[in-house]
Amino acid sequence: MNGYGGQILRVDLTNGKITKEPTPAELVRDFIGGRGFGAYFLFKEVPKGANPLGAANKLIISSGPFSGLLIPGAGKCDFTTKSPLTGGYASASMGGHFTAEMKYAGLDSIILEGLSSKPVYLFIDDDKVELRDAADLWGKGTIAVEKHFREKLGEEFQVAVIGPGGENGVPYACINHDYGRQAGRGGVGTVMGVKKVKAIVIHGTKSIPVADLAAYRKAGMAIYKACKDAEGLKEWTRYGTTVVTSWCDEVGALPTRNFSAGSFEGGKGIYGQTMREKIVITDKGCFGCPSPCGKYSRSKKYNINVEGPEYETIGLMGANLGIDDIEAVARANLLCDDLGIDTISTGNAIGWAMECYEKGILTKKDTGGLDLKFGNIEATFELIGKIARREGLGALLAEGVKKASQKVGKGSEKFAIHVKGMEQSAYATHNATAMLLAYMTCDVGAHHNRSWAITYDLQVGRDKVVPEKVARVIWLQNFRPMFDVLGGCRLQWVELGIDRTLYEPALEAITGVHRTWEDLEKVGERIWNLTRMYWARENEGFGRQWDMPSPRFYEEPPKTGATKGQITRFEDVNTLLDMYYEQRGWTADGLPKPETVERLGLAELVA
Amino acid sequence: MRLYVDSAKCSGCNACRVACSINLFGENNPKKAAIVIEPHFPAPGVYGVKVCTQCGDCAAVCPTEAIKQNEKGAYYVDFAECNLCEACVPECPEGVMFVRTELANAAWKCDLCGDCVAVCGTSALWIAEKELVAA
Repeated sequence: MNGYGGQILRVDLTNGKITKEPTPAELVRDFIGGRGFGAYFLFKEVPKGANPLGAANKLIISSGPFSGLLIPGAGKCDFTTKSPLTGGYASASMGGHFTAEMKYAGLDSIILEGLSSKPVYLFIDDDKVELRDAADLWGKGTIAVEKHFREKLGEEFQVAVIGPGGENGVPYACINHDYGRQAGRGGVGTVMGVKKVKAIVIHGTKSIPVADLAAYRKAGMAIYKACKDAEGLKEWTRYGTTVVTSWCDEVGALPTRNFSAGSFEGGKGIYGQTMREKIVITDKGCFGCPSPCGKYSRSKKYNINVEGPEYETIGLMGANLGIDDIEAVARANLLCDDLGIDTISTGNAIGWAMECYEKGILTKKDTGGLDLKFGNIEATFELIGKIARREGLGALLAEGVKKASQKVGKGSEKFAIHVKGMEQSAYATHNATAMLLAYMTCDVGAHHNRSWAITYDLQVGRDKVVPEKVARVIWLQNFRPMFDVLGGCRLQWVELGIDRTLYEPALEAITGVHRTWEDLEKVGERIWNLTRMYWARENEGFGRQWDMPSPRFYEEPPKTGATKGQITRFEDVNTLLDMYYEQRGWTADGLPKPETVERLGLAELVA
Repeated sequence: MRLYVDSAKCSGCNACRVACSINLFGENNPKKAAIVIEPHFPAPGVYGVKVCTQCGDCAAVCPTEAIKQNEKGAYYVDFAECNLCEACVPECPEGVMFVRTELANAAWKCDLCGDCVAVCGTSALWIAEKELVAA
């Protein structure tokens, strides 16, 4: 099948059965790849009410038609599962080289099913697929395990590995790859952990077929040329995502002290410029990327090497904890990576605990003697380890801020910063209504990548609540995640301003199927609605209440910084949702109407 | 003319290797590329890249004279004349002369097509006269 590996690999961990099936043509037609495949398999194959940590849940790993080909950033891999953090849909995108290797091994998806009784790793070398014993690797950090495999098998193998966090069932455990790339959010590493799969190692030597080699080469080269000619290439490559840190600080979007403000007085210490000068040693790219945002760093202070930190980690492990030292953020980053827990959720959990401590809701008795004030670097390091081991206060924080705050009570629920149980990523949204709506309605919880609308807020007026703003959020939600479907990267479009129509001839030459962005956005809308219905199917009473943001953004105006005194009105929060549901073709309670389901060709699947 | 590389600028993305395999074989398969990228992680945290210097040592030992010079003066493998004897492989001082019979039924090497340079976003690769050491 042109543009595809051609096969779906299933591994039943309960009985060790390994099977392959051809990638279904109708799946390719309706869902294209990547995140689309994941959403389809999750909805269709994981039974209603499945325990995320039980045998019925699956971990679905998918590449897309761009993966492994001559397309900028064609290294994005989707991990989909039922989230142990939220109880809903989880889809995490991982960069690096893993997804390309899947394609070279002839695979479009790898589906892990059932539960293994003992630690194993999945070994894939072209058509040779085996489950192998991983008893010796269990308990080890991700860095050591990746190093072990690369030394043993050679650098042509790609490795995806979980750390102790995933083994111990921390519901926001991640999957690590290439010494610092993660499928970070929603607990995809937790599901791999409960299945007792320590790692997947993969090597492929097959060529990926394309429909029209000459046209594809020409179209692919044209996108590379556009990237190389882009005015912003040099600046973007120098700083990567950290370039936005100073901007966020200036506009009040940098989460500071558990999102109580959007500007940080110690911001300069963690700006991208500071980081580049102090610690960055190498630019590290995903597969096929001409504008690598990955920064590989060395902290002399802590004697460590780490990929990153990138912006989200800087926001959550830096300003959000009152930490103004980029080297401390780098160390916290490495600890999380090695232990295999998501830096965004971890930074939120520690920020929430620090606020509890400063307010007297948690005391030294609860913290095990830690003086958990904002800015305490050593306490942060210690708490990261405790979370991964689910030990002491770490056991509470390992539940995620929603459940932890429900347990602790005393008003701490109001400053647990999450939507649907997923901790908010690094944009403070006190007065940025499009970005707030993006978080409220994001399909996995409070994550930014589907709709990064904050620049639009600043363009059109940040407190404005108008249908155009809502339409922009919806368009971004339909369009941006299509890169996760195609197995490519959106950042060339976002950051370098690449004309997105350049991708159309490339996709056609690769797959032999003509699709415009209009067609692709419809697929995006189909996936968006399908996952919405997944949430509703799995959670009784699912509806509008689940889309509400943290009260912090409509009740507590920041006392300092660029957004001092600014807040979103509660009625505006509801107006945003009214407009959103209407434009989406959903009911007033946020569920897709039958005619919407019909229009998107989902009726049969969801029946 | 020859290909040059500044490894310090390489981000390990492998776009060059995909472009290379398309040029040499008409296939998407970086395992069939004539550039080597060695990642050195987690420490020291750099990539080491090896490229052909067009020294011609491979051609000098080829018993079937399958390694010829093209219009750019670059040595290339005439696939039809290669007998897979592998004499060229140990002669290559850079380790960029390849014989992998599981992947291809001829040896391969860089023919200086320049596609790798065209897709390298960090300008780690360039083509220049052999005498020059920097672009």
